[in-house]
Amino acid sequence: MYPRKFSYVAPSRVEDVLRLLKRYGDEAKLLAGGHSLLPMMKLRIVGPRVVIDLKNLRDRLAYIRDGARAVRIGALTTHAEIEFSDMLKREVPLLPEVARWVGDMQVRNMGTVGGSLAHADPAADWPVAMLALNATFTVQGARKRAVPASKFFKGPFTTALKPSELLTEITVPKPPKGHGWSWKKFERKAGDFATVNVAVIAVPDGRGQIRDVSIAVGSVNPVPYRAAGAEKMLRGKRPDAELLKAAAEAAAEPAEPTSDLRGSAEYKKWLTRVMVRRALEEALSRAGISVEVVQHA
Amino acid sequence: MPRRRAQRPRPRPAAEAVLDTVPVRVKINGVEYSHTVEPRLLLVNYIRDVVGLTGTHIGCDTSHCGACTVLVKGLWGDGWMAVKSCTLLATQVDGKEILTIEGLAKNGELHPLQRAFWENHGLQCGFCTPGMIMAALGLLLRNPSPTREEIKWGISGNLCRCTGYVNIIKSIEAAAKEMREKGITI
Repeated sequence: MYPRKFSYVAPSRVEDVLRLLKRYGDEAKLLAGGHSLLPMMKLRIVGPRVVIDLKNLRDRLAYIRDGARAVRIGALTTHAEIEFSDMLKREVPLLPEVARWVGDMQVRNMGTVGGSLAHADPAADWPVAMLALNATFTVQGARKRAVPASKFFKGPFTTALKPSELLTEITVPKPPKGHGWSWKKFERKAGDFATVNVAVIAVPDGRGQIRDVSIAVGSVNPVPYRAAGAEKMLRGKRPDAELLKAAAEAAAEPAEPTSDLRGSAEYKKWLTRVMVRRALEEALSRAGISVEVVQHA
Repeated sequence: MPRRRAQRPRPRPAAEAVLDTVPVRVKINGVEYSHTVEPRLLLVNYIRDVVGLTGTHIGCDTSHCGACTVLVKGLWGDGWMAVKSCTLLATQVDGKEILTIEGLAKNGELHPLQRAFWENHGLQCGFCTPGMIMAALGLLLRNPSPTREEIKWGISGNLCRCTGYVNIIKSIEAAAKEMREKGITI
C-alpha cells in the first residue's frame, strides 16, 4: 500500500517548520516517528499534500532532562528512549513502564512521545499517563505557550494544537519521593491499543493515609479523563477494600464506552472499574499504604 | 508628489526546499546504494523493488506482523535498531546503514540465529522467519541474555501464522547462548 502522492521537506530548524506550517496550514502533516501517521496515510485515511519530516530536529527536540522539580522530555524522544531511561526509572517510574507497553519493540524504536500526544488517539497510552502526572505541553507557534495536559485533548485525534503550531516539549512535575504508581493497560493481544488503560499516582502522608492521589482513565471516552470524584473520596483517607471498591465505581462513572471489536460497552464499563481498583491497589502498595481488609460478620 | 512606498521585504524562502523527488543514499548489508525516489516510497518497497533484495517480506503491510523487520544503524544512539520497514519512508533513513536478512551470513556461513532456527525447527512455512530473525537480533543486541519472558516480549511485534512460537523462542535462546559464548554480534 502506498500513501497518496505528497511533497516532502525535512527542515533542520524549528523556525523553518513553523514557516512551512504557516504556508501550508492543514494541507501539511508533521512526520515524527511516523508510526501513527504513516499507517493512516497508507490506508488513505489522511492524504496530506505536504509532509514535513522532523528527522533533522532530533538534535534539538529529542532529550530527557532532569530538573529540580520536573523532568523535561523533548517531543521527538522515542518510546524506547523513555523505556530505557535510568533517570526516569528513578524519578518518574510510571513513564518507563508506560513506554514498555506501547506497541512493540520495533514501534517503540521509531515512535515518539510527542507524535503520540499530538495524534491524540483516544486509546493511546501517553495522554493517560500525562494527565495523571499533571504534565504541561510546550507548544511553539507564532508565540510559545504552555498547555496543561487537562486542556490539551479536545476530542478523538483533536488537540489544542493549531495547524500552525508544533509540540516541542513535555514537562512532567516529579511526584514526591516515596510515591506509589501504577499502569494498568488491558489489551486484547500483545501490542494492541488498550481496551482500557489506567494510570494512578498515590502520595502517602507517612501515617498510612493517602495524602494525594491522581487517577487517569483512557480508551473509554473520546478523551482520557481524571476521575476527580474518586480522587476526592480517597484523599486524606486510610483506605480499606470497601473504599477502593467504591472509588473504582466512582472512577468508572464518567466512562461512556462504545461497543466495538474490543468488547461491548457494558463489558468495558465493568472493566474500567476492575482496572482502576487493581491500579489503586498496586499504587497504594508501592506507596507503602496498607489496605485494610474489612471483615464481614 | 506621491510618497514612494517602501519596498516590501520579500518573504524569506524556507531553508529547505519542498521536493517531489528525494535522494536516498543508504548502505545495505555493506553495499552503497543511491537513488532518486518519490517521497512516498516505503523502505520495504525500496529494499525489495528498487534494490532487489526480496528476503525482507511484506506481510500485513500495516505495522502489525513484523515480517518486514530490518535493522537500521544510528537512528538514535549509535547502535543497530529493529524497525518495521513497511512503516518508514525510504527517505527517513537517508544516509543510514541498513542490515537485512541477506546480510547476516558471513563467507557462506550462517549467522548463529539462522543456524539456531534451522537446528531447532524455528520455522515452518518460513514466511515470518526473516523478520523474526531480524527482530531477535535487534533484541539480542540490546539484551544479550534475555529470559524466556523477555524474548516473548521482544518478538511480540512479529506474528507467525504457523504459530510455531515455541520453537522460535527455543531458537532465539540457543542463538543467544552461542552468541554470548563466542562473542558474536552481527
